[in-house]
Amino acid sequence: MEDFYRELIIQRYKTPHFRGVLDPNDFSYEDDNPACGDHIQIDVRLDDNGIVTEALFSGEGCAISQASADLLIESIIGKSIEEIKALGKEDVLDNLGIELGPVRLKCALLPLKVLKAGLYGLGEQEGES
Amino acid sequence: MAPSAKTGFNVHQIREDFPLLSRELRPGVPLVYLDSAATSQKPKVVIDAMSRYYLEMNANIHRGIHRLAEEATYAYEDARRKIADFINAPSPEEVIFTRNTTESINLVANSWGRKFLKEGDMVLLTEMEHHSNLVPWQLLAEQLSLTLEFIPVTPQGLLDLDAFDKLLGQKPKLLALTHMSNVLGTINPLEKMLARAKSAGAVTLVDGAQSVPHFPVDLSKLEADFYAFSAHKMIGPTGIGILFGKQELLEEMPPFLGGGEMIKKVELRSFKANELPYKFEAGTPAIAEAVGFGAAVDYLSRIGMAEVEKQERILTGYALEKLTKIPKLHVIGPGIEEKGGVVSFYLEGIHAHDVAQILDSEGIAVRAGHHCAQPLHTKFNLPATSRASMYFYNTEEEIDRLVAGIHKTQAIFD
Repeated sequence: MEDFYRELIIQRYKTPHFRGVLDPNDFSYEDDNPACGDHIQIDVRLDDNGIVTEALFSGEGCAISQASADLLIESIIGKSIEEIKALGKEDVLDNLGIELGPVRLKCALLPLKVLKAGLYGLGEQEGES
Repeated sequence: MAPSAKTGFNVHQIREDFPLLSRELRPGVPLVYLDSAATSQKPKVVIDAMSRYYLEMNANIHRGIHRLAEEATYAYEDARRKIADFINAPSPEEVIFTRNTTESINLVANSWGRKFLKEGDMVLLTEMEHHSNLVPWQLLAEQLSLTLEFIPVTPQGLLDLDAFDKLLGQKPKLLALTHMSNVLGTINPLEKMLARAKSAGAVTLVDGAQSVPHFPVDLSKLEADFYAFSAHKMIGPTGIGILFGKQELLEEMPPFLGGGEMIKKVELRSFKANELPYKFEAGTPAIAEAVGFGAAVDYLSRIGMAEVEKQERILTGYALEKLTKIPKLHVIGPGIEEKGGVVSFYLEGIHAHDVAQILDSEGIAVRAGHHCAQPLHTKFNLPATSRASMYFYNTEEEIDRLVAGIHKTQAIFD
């Protein structure tokens, strides 16, 4: 258990580095995890080559979902759309540095799901799970 | 909890009847089970009754002539009689076996509702309903163009009875409400409310999922036309529940599901429905589960529901006293006078999922989330709460461990 609440996760939950909104932005998307009420919005700005220049998240939820969002945003700045599309579950878990059971995995993966849905601009695509 | 000298209630002895309660989740970390509002643990007598049914008398019921079929039929019907006695139903024919509370409510919505409700009719619910007493009515309202109205919940977690009286003035056809909230723990003043609804001409349905397990319910005294509950929250098995319905209403209602057992006579293009309660029990029912349910009711009757209520009240009072002393912890719902053994709370700055996760590492099982009552959480503007729910087999030592677990949670997030 102590693993779930590693210093990094608590720290990013309490003092996130990438919390906020970007307006205007190139895309913005939000979604909920209905089982627990986690809510994440992600706003992204891209340069002409489709590289992420700025990104921020907002919302509320458990430490896992919020820290996961913060670490995800950190990992995508400077990345291309194609690189982001290739991100998956393992990348999220690597960011957090923990293993999660099926219930908490949904918390951790919500930010990636939101990011990808925003990226596809359809709001229908699901993140990998 | 010390053994009660007067009544002989000894929680440590009782705990020995429930094998799972002595499980260690990890070496040296015994289980503290505080999720009985979701489902209760089962005593060995219930598990044994079900095994014995399968080992000694398994057969299909009602039609068989042979000895096993006769024994199985007797066991099934005996369980129905025990359950009818337990809630003091006027007759066992009014006690229908369903899968659970949810199915019982869906039965009423689909059978009584489709026959007796029409466009523009009003169904009165409350803001504290569990999804199972909300969504069936939403489905029906959409299909039949009904109006749904809701008795508001006050900030103290009680139903607003003045608003209720006003809503009754709009002549609802049905009042469907919970006896006890699974989130707030509020025990609603049903005797008063059902009598008023009755005089306003409404049919009444009560969701008794959280009440029948925890305190005496006497259906000869309550003006409930329908009353629904589940076995698994009252030390019985999953997969079986009850719909009590008043005979005159049940007689008028069409069958819910079609199949074997619910018919008296079948022709290729028509059937004649069976008598009560079989009209509503299509197909082979959950026989072993009924037998287990009967054993559960026997067990609870031996302790006495008044005693169960008393022990839970002591425990809930203790939990409230300890929890409300914790800084940055907020309990939602009314005080002990109107509350059953459900204590929902939130910690400032810590999400309910994180609370439940850290408590789990201490062996403590609580619920985190909306507890299937999302609109209520929206009303109180809470993303999710943690819920400790108690039963007569819990102890004050377990509450102490919960408190220690909460302190640990706060320390991790500090």
